[in-house]
Amino acid sequence: MATPSIQEQIKAQGEVVRQLKKDKAPDEKIKEEVAKLLELKKLVDDGKSSGQFVLKCPKGTRDYDPFQMAIREKVFSVITSCFKRHGAVAISTPAFELKETLLGKYGEDQKLIYDLADQGGELLSLRYDLTVPFARHVAMNNIKTMKRYHIDRVYRRDQPRMTLGRYREFYQCDFDIAGEYDPMIPDAECVRIVFEILSQLDLGSFVIKVNHRKLLDGMFEACGVPPEKFRSICSAVDKLDKAEWEEVKKEMVEEKGLEEVAAGRIGEYVKLNGRLELLERLTSDERLTAVPSSVAGLEDMKLLLQYCKLFGVLDKVSFDLSLARGLDYYTGVIYEAVLTGDPSKGKEGGVPAVGSVAGGGRYDGLVGMFNSQG
Amino acid sequence: MATSSSQEQDVQGEVLKKGKPREQKEDAEKLLESKKQADDGQSGGQFVLKCAKGTRDYDPFQMAIREGVFSVIISCFKRHGAVSISTPVFELKETLLGKYGEDQKLIYDLADQGGELLSLRYDLTVPFARYVAMNKIKTIKRYHIDRVYRRDQPRMTLGRYREFYQCDFDIAGEYDPMIPDAECVRIVYEILSQLDLGSFIIKVNHRNVLDGMFEACGVPPEKFRSICSSVDKLDKTEWEEVKKEMVEGKGLEEAVADKIGEYVKLSGHFELLEKLMSDMGLTAVASARAGLEDMKLLLHYCELFGVLDKVSFDLSLARGLDYYTGVIYEAILTGDATMKDGEVPAVGSVAGGGRYDGLVGMFDPKGQHVPCVGVSIGIERVFSILESRAKEAGGKGIRTVETQVMVASGQKNLLEQRMKVCTLLWNAGIKTEMLYKRNPKLLNQFQYSEREGVPLLVIVGEEETVKGGVKIRDTHTREEDFVEMAALVPELNKRLAECQHSERV
Repeated sequence: MATPSIQEQIKAQGEVVRQLKKDKAPDEKIKEEVAKLLELKKLVDDGKSSGQFVLKCPKGTRDYDPFQMAIREKVFSVITSCFKRHGAVAISTPAFELKETLLGKYGEDQKLIYDLADQGGELLSLRYDLTVPFARHVAMNNIKTMKRYHIDRVYRRDQPRMTLGRYREFYQCDFDIAGEYDPMIPDAECVRIVFEILSQLDLGSFVIKVNHRKLLDGMFEACGVPPEKFRSICSAVDKLDKAEWEEVKKEMVEEKGLEEVAAGRIGEYVKLNGRLELLERLTSDERLTAVPSSVAGLEDMKLLLQYCKLFGVLDKVSFDLSLARGLDYYTGVIYEAVLTGDPSKGKEGGVPAVGSVAGGGRYDGLVGMFNSQG
Repeated sequence: MATSSSQEQDVQGEVLKKGKPREQKEDAEKLLESKKQADDGQSGGQFVLKCAKGTRDYDPFQMAIREGVFSVIISCFKRHGAVSISTPVFELKETLLGKYGEDQKLIYDLADQGGELLSLRYDLTVPFARYVAMNKIKTIKRYHIDRVYRRDQPRMTLGRYREFYQCDFDIAGEYDPMIPDAECVRIVYEILSQLDLGSFIIKVNHRNVLDGMFEACGVPPEKFRSICSSVDKLDKTEWEEVKKEMVEGKGLEEAVADKIGEYVKLSGHFELLEKLMSDMGLTAVASARAGLEDMKLLLHYCELFGVLDKVSFDLSLARGLDYYTGVIYEAILTGDATMKDGEVPAVGSVAGGGRYDGLVGMFDPKGQHVPCVGVSIGIERVFSILESRAKEAGGKGIRTVETQVMVASGQKNLLEQRMKVCTLLWNAGIKTEMLYKRNPKLLNQFQYSEREGVPLLVIVGEEETVKGGVKIRDTHTREEDFVEMAALVPELNKRLAECQHSERV
């Protein structure tokens, strides 16, 4: 006779346990028989009996409960109204892209990308931001001009710091203008949009820092930084929002091999911020304007500040030479909006209204990377 | 050597920034070439121009339709007092293991990158059960609209994707029988009616009635689930083929299959219920009797909720997933399949669900019992139908931009004025655009407004500026009127309110 199947054994053992419980047999005995039952169940390879008791979200992710959803809905409503007020359309892209699409776009951050398992099909990765998918979309559809917003989640295998709002899965709200236009008009509208959103969300005081890639590079050249160190020195300057100048200077000189004299000159520039008066000062700086790239950057900044004034936002804007943005693909103006509330105010346990809340800039080369016609 | 190559790239990158457009293009090509040579994996695939298989972008037109659909659906959920929650796009792999039966193989896994093993969510129901157990929730009425992921064979033309939206509405908690179950039917009814998708029907059945039916027909208990899967195919396949699968593929006795055949062709309302309640073979099974009692209550409540005429108690309805324990539903569009060329016919399944009392307990080591019932709306199909319908109508009634006013000028050097007017209008909350040109041509601005359905233009001109105002032009009538700056915003608001009113009429 064939031995009883596992299913039949499980059924029989289940009966044994049930009977013991009914008869109120000693706990020891019941435990013993239950253990046998669980052993048998493990043998059944139908995937039905594994992992019943998992009760957590993956590291760095979280659910939104109804209270958080109500707040989220309100915030999205304010932001979406603003984007629509400026004539933007919406698009949406998939949560994952072909791995190749994301390759080579994020510099050192490449390692923070989530890959999907190779399950015999295309190699895929979860999107890291909404900008590269946008560039892909524009190139794919041969779009010449587009003003679009996109609100969706992105994925980064970072070290999460949930209390600081640093997650592995988080929302981004992007607004981008693609197309050939007269200089700086769309760039200034982006500043206006950040202004409107931060004002309406009632987050307290804020400042929108602006700077320019060409000006940064021009500044480096004028200070005597060797061209091959530009990106690396730029990353160091980028840390000035969190670290003191002395520390950053040390990194430039000791780790990145910059001459101390050059570092000193950089230090003189990056402490500067202001508006039209700073622009004047830089425009008369002979060392700086000897470099063509600085001149181009300064011309752009002059227009930007003028347009920001016409858009009624100049008092919130700060032309800040210490602003450098991490990503490689910026080619012109760069922005960063920072909340400047009082960190010592606010009741205990409340999240202080300080810190960076928005960032962006001009990136003229990205779509071309997707389009062989450039 | 790797170093010199990356140096080369940086130099090339520098050249790129300084050059003029045409030079930039050549330099860009040189840059891409040298990046290709560097084998550091940093330069791969610049020329990839497609979405992953089975996925797609939504363009602005599709987004406008999607927004309209979500708005109707969310209003309905809110009308019935539901809150919303949101869960991550991936779960711990263990969370999803053992919940989907044979469909397990369709789950997308994330690569093992040295941390937790993760999988993309397959539906919104299992995450919901996890959420309820994790937060020790006893009762919740929640909706959740988000995308789910299945490594299926995609059929994009039929709206079958690997990444697609689900709209779920679920009621968790111990309640008096069938009241929440009936409210789910009412919600499906409201949504499908408001979305204006043509005729539809909501099929209902009951797990216990199905199992009772199988027992009464003589199906061996270990074949219940398997035979149930076969019955599930009746919505797409003829009975003869399904019978063949039961007998030849699954080893069922032909006589038994025939008896099943007699039942599954039945559908109706109270008269069917009566018939089944007097069926001795069926009512001999205790669980079937209980199921029929539930169905009696359900039909009665559906009548009170005013939806019975759209409901069909249908014995051929069986749902794929193992976790259903009570009532099951499926809503089907029954429009005319012979639509105009190119239009997606308003036929097919658009919603499904049922009662699943055991799922939350699977997540809770103490086995806390939280019964649940819910429905999931399959909106991708709804999107395709409405999208194709809108396209057939020439895209009328769908605006992708909501701009109300275009600030324009035909003369030179009026950029400053245009910007100031935009600022004034934005401050007043009016949706306003201007072209990003210092000296745009008037015609281009008129054409943009006509194309995008922008109802009004504000034209800035030298003469008007001297007089202290601007002109308002109606895109539709082409009439132009002078207005002083102080009166501009009130006048615009007045006209925009009139526009909206006439649009509704």
